[in-house]
Formats: sequence, structure tokens, C-alpha cells
Amino acid sequence: MIKLINTLLTVVAGVGAALVLFWILNKIAELLPGRWEDRVKPYLYILPAVAAICLYVIYPGIQTIVYSLANAQSTQYVGFQNYSSLFKSNGFRDTLLTTLVWIAVAPLAAVVLGLIVATLVDRLKPGAEKTAKTIVFFPMAISAVGAATVWRFVYATAPPGDTQVGLQNAIISAFGADPVAWLEQRTFYINTFFLIIMFLWLQVGFSMVLLSSAIKGVPVDTIEAARVDGATELQSFRRVVVPQIMATVVTVYVTVMIGVLKLFDVVYVMTNGRANTNVLATEFFNQLFTNFNNGYAAAIVVILMVAVIPVMVFQIHQFRIQEANR
Amino acid sequence: MTSTVQPATDVKVAKPGRKLRSSDITSAHWSVKLAVVLICFFWLVPAIGTLITSFRTESDANGSGWWTALNPANWGGFTVSNYRDAIVDAKLGDALINSFAIALPATFIPILIAAFAAYAFTFMRFPGRDVMFLVIVSLLVVPNFVAMVPLLQLYGKLNIGGFKFAGSFPAVWLFHIGFGMSLAIYLFRNYMSTLPMEVIESAKVDGASHYATFYRLVLPMSTPVLASFAIFQFLWVWNDLLVALVFIGPGANAPLTVAVRNNLIGQQGSGWNLVTAGGILTMIVPIIVFLALQRYFVRGLTAGSVKG
Repeated sequence: MIKLINTLLTVVAGVGAALVLFWILNKIAELLPGRWEDRVKPYLYILPAVAAICLYVIYPGIQTIVYSLANAQSTQYVGFQNYSSLFKSNGFRDTLLTTLVWIAVAPLAAVVLGLIVATLVDRLKPGAEKTAKTIVFFPMAISAVGAATVWRFVYATAPPGDTQVGLQNAIISAFGADPVAWLEQRTFYINTFFLIIMFLWLQVGFSMVLLSSAIKGVPVDTIEAARVDGATELQSFRRVVVPQIMATVVTVYVTVMIGVLKLFDVVYVMTNGRANTNVLATEFFNQLFTNFNNGYAAAIVVILMVAVIPVMVFQIHQFRIQEANR
Repeated sequence: MTSTVQPATDVKVAKPGRKLRSSDITSAHWSVKLAVVLICFFWLVPAIGTLITSFRTESDANGSGWWTALNPANWGGFTVSNYRDAIVDAKLGDALINSFAIALPATFIPILIAAFAAYAFTFMRFPGRDVMFLVIVSLLVVPNFVAMVPLLQLYGKLNIGGFKFAGSFPAVWLFHIGFGMSLAIYLFRNYMSTLPMEVIESAKVDGASHYATFYRLVLPMSTPVLASFAIFQFLWVWNDLLVALVFIGPGANAPLTVAVRNNLIGQQGSGWNLVTAGGILTMIVPIIVFLALQRYFVRGLTAGSVKG
């Protein structure tokens, strides 16, 4: 009970402080004489937002680059040594390769599966379509930690001879095979593929919803014209529907790609990087909290930032186009 | 992203005036129906297994597959004691309160700050406006990892009158405020610029101050976009593991995600009955939000999917 009251007080104080802040900023502006009030007011209105972005995004971004050129305790500059030792270490190269497997497989799979589900449910009656979509979409609402309790259970392994309570091992045991420790299979990144399956379970709903609304935007006449001309279902899908939804396909692909680059929780909760499943973000966390090496951790973040820059350019480009069309 | 441009993507609303599709009249081919049923089956089965296991006793859960509980002969063995154990012994009750204490202010405060900024960017003229807005938009996809090392160092030094900032609720609120800001300002400005200018102008003429125009007119008219962002940000913070691990960690202030990871998943020997009950506890609130506010949820998610 004390805990609840304390927490409530903290929340009220935090929210109250934010409300009071703007009241005070507005009062300050009103105290200024005549013209100055109008000149200064816009800056006071955006001040908290700009301050938050400077303190939490811009300053740390620059500071991270600085730390990436310093030693583990951030006490001395070491030049590019963090980067060179990272790229020389086998462990980090393995991490990069696993990350590349994710990048190569997960966004593409999310788009293709999303497209398949969207096309299939589009043919159902509206009620059935909505139910199917809700089912595929709901994992999007839950955390990777929640999903991990689901999927660790699916992949669970008991010693041979014991009852298999994990779904996947129970199925293969029913056919007389020995149980497999799915998340320990490092050959051909099999364990990473099982993590990707869990990721897709979480993510396909998102790409399905976006692609579905794009498909519904395709004019029916164009598809009917193709049918009249004797195109098969598959042909009209490939030649007529896909070109018209290409913009959405690219958007979904890029979006899932960003998610994959930053992916942390799925790997951390399922394997914590064991058996060659380490990706950039989990390696960052390990360097920061297991090895206490700020230099390595910061260098990994810089590598991640460099990977995100093309996306950032794309983002600004999109924004410019949109502004031009306004 | 084009997706951030059109926040109106919706699950069920068809384009007005569009022709009827064949699916509206005739029934789909049986193979299509079968494929959809299989997909739904694959999506649901793992979750159902988790839900069922969370109501089984420890010896049942670890001794036999959850599917054996589907047999009506075994229906007597269900129990809710796993939830009691998870809430009391694994301290998930406290963690649930913490999750709300983190997520509610981390949703409300950025909305207020970003709405003020978006108002200024939309309805006020001042030097540097467009440049600043472009910088803010371009920071949308910066991954939040960049802030962790420097802020950990900074937080470590902050110790105001015995109040340790590291590990406190405000430490994570501020982090989520900083990283929610770009997206919120971007969405709100896009929406506000579609509001009818005449209404705002006439308020000016009637002598309303900017402050009054903002609170009485613009804020109420922007409810749909505020709701979309609120749901997205709330679920984002609620489901977050990394930021909570880095800035709060295990302990008295840990939210559900951290507590389930450390007190249940990370502990050897917690039975599947407890792990699954903990998992379901983390899912209840997001699923309620999802089912109740699906329409806003889809919009917010579409728009926020690029957030750093």
C-alpha cells in the first residue's frame, strides 16, 4: 500500500511539473514588453522539446563518438583502436555475421509472409477477414519478454526418455526421433532461424496490415482488365497488383530492416547471445554491463549509427517529397 | 516513410465508392480458406499453450505436455495459484505498479511538450523554424542506443540531495521523453497543419492568446492524433526491456519486463507454470489496449514504426 501511494505521488509530481513548466514559460513571455512577447514566445513553446532532444539525442550522439575513441573507462583517447580490435576479434566477426543473417532473412520474410497473408484474407468475407487479421496481428501488441515465455516453451527440451513438454520436441518425439536442443544448434545458424521465426510471429501482423490496406487501394478495374485479357491469378497479381503497391512494400521492408538492426530483446531473452546467436545490440549490452568496456560499447553504437544513416537520408528525402506535394 | 505520412491506414475501412470485389459476393475457394485456417492455427497454438499452462499445477506443467490438459478427463486440475505465486513471490505485483508508474508519465509528458512545440511550428512564424523542424524529423530514426553510455555516466554523477537519479522513475521518463519527441512533433505538426486555419484565425481576432487557443481549440481538435501517439508510446514503453534494464535494472523499481526476465525466465528451476503465468501477466494490459483501441492502435503503430 505504501508502495502504491509513493508511486502515485511520483507520477503526480512528474506530470504536474510538466504542466507547471509551460504555465511558467507562458507567464515569462507575457511579462515581456509588447513586441518582444510575440518574438520570444515561439522559442519558449519549443524550448522544452528542443532541450529534450538536445540532451537526450544530440549531446549523447556526439559524446558516444567521443567515447568510441577512448579506452574502456573513458579516461584516455586511443584513436581507432576500439574499432580495429573489434573487427580483428573473431567473436565480433561472428556477431556481425549473425546480424547479417538477420538482415538478409527477416525483413524479406516479413514482407513475403505479410503479402501472402494479406492476399489470402482479402478473398474472405469481411467478418472472417477481420478475425484472421486480428489473430495474426495481436502479437504485435505484446513485449518480446511475453513472447519469449511463449516461444521458450515451444522450443523447450527435456533429456531423451523424459516427457517432452516443449511443442516442437513433442512433435518429433511422436515420430520416434530424439529431442533436439533447438536453440543450441549453431550449424547453418539453425538457432538464429528459430529466433527469426519468433520475430516473424511478432512482426508479420504489422507488414500484413500495411500491405493489406495497400492492396485494397489497387483499383479493381486494373485487375479485371488483366483478367479479361486472359491473365491467370498469379500473373495479374505479379504484373498488376505488385507494381501498384511497390511503395508500401519498400516502406515495410525498410521499417522491418530498422527494427532488425536494433533488435535486442528477442535475442537477449531467448539465448542471451549463446551458441553464436549474438547480434550487434546484445553485444553492445554485454560490452557495457558484462565487460564494463565503454569504448567497445560506444564503438558498436557508432557502427549501428553508420548503418542507419542511409535510412535517415531516405527519411528526409521522403519528407521533402511530401512537403513539395502539400 | 510514406507510412508516417498517411496515418489513416485502417484495417477494415474500404475506399469509399470502390467497386465490389469478387470476395464481397462469392465465397472464397476452399484452398484459400484452408490456408488461412492453418495460418491462424500456427499463430494461436503457441499462445494457447502458454495460457493453458499458466493454469496448471507445477507437476502437471513440467510432467506432461499442455495439450494433455485439453482432454476433458484432466479438467479438474486447473488452478490460479500460479498467478498468486507470480504476483507475490516473484514480486510481479510490485512490478505491475512500476510498469504503470513508468509508462503513464512517459506517455503524457511527451504529448504535452510535443503538442506545444508542434503548435509553435504550425501556427507561429519565427526565424529558424523550418530548419529546426527538419533537424527534428531527421533525428526520428536515431537508435536510442546512442544515448545509453553517455547518459549512464551522466546519471551516475547526479545525486541531488540524497535522491539517487540513476534507477529512479524520472530517469526513464526523461529518456522516453527525449526519444519520443521527434516522432510526436512530426505527427502532431502534420495533423495540426490540416486543421481549418479560419477557426484559429477567428480566435485570434476575438483576442484569444496563443496559450488559450492551444488549450481550448487546437488540443481538443487534435484528439485523434494525440490518441494514436499515446497508444503507440504507452505500449512502446510498457513493452520496453532495454531502456528499463539499462537505467533501472532489477530491484524495487523494476517494471514487468525486467522482473519477468530476471525473476522467472532467468531463474533455473522456475517451473513452466510460473514462467507462463508471468508471461500472461505482462501481456494482459497490452492485449486489452489492443482489443479496445485497435483502430487507433494500427494508426499509431504504422506511424511510429520507424522510431529510434
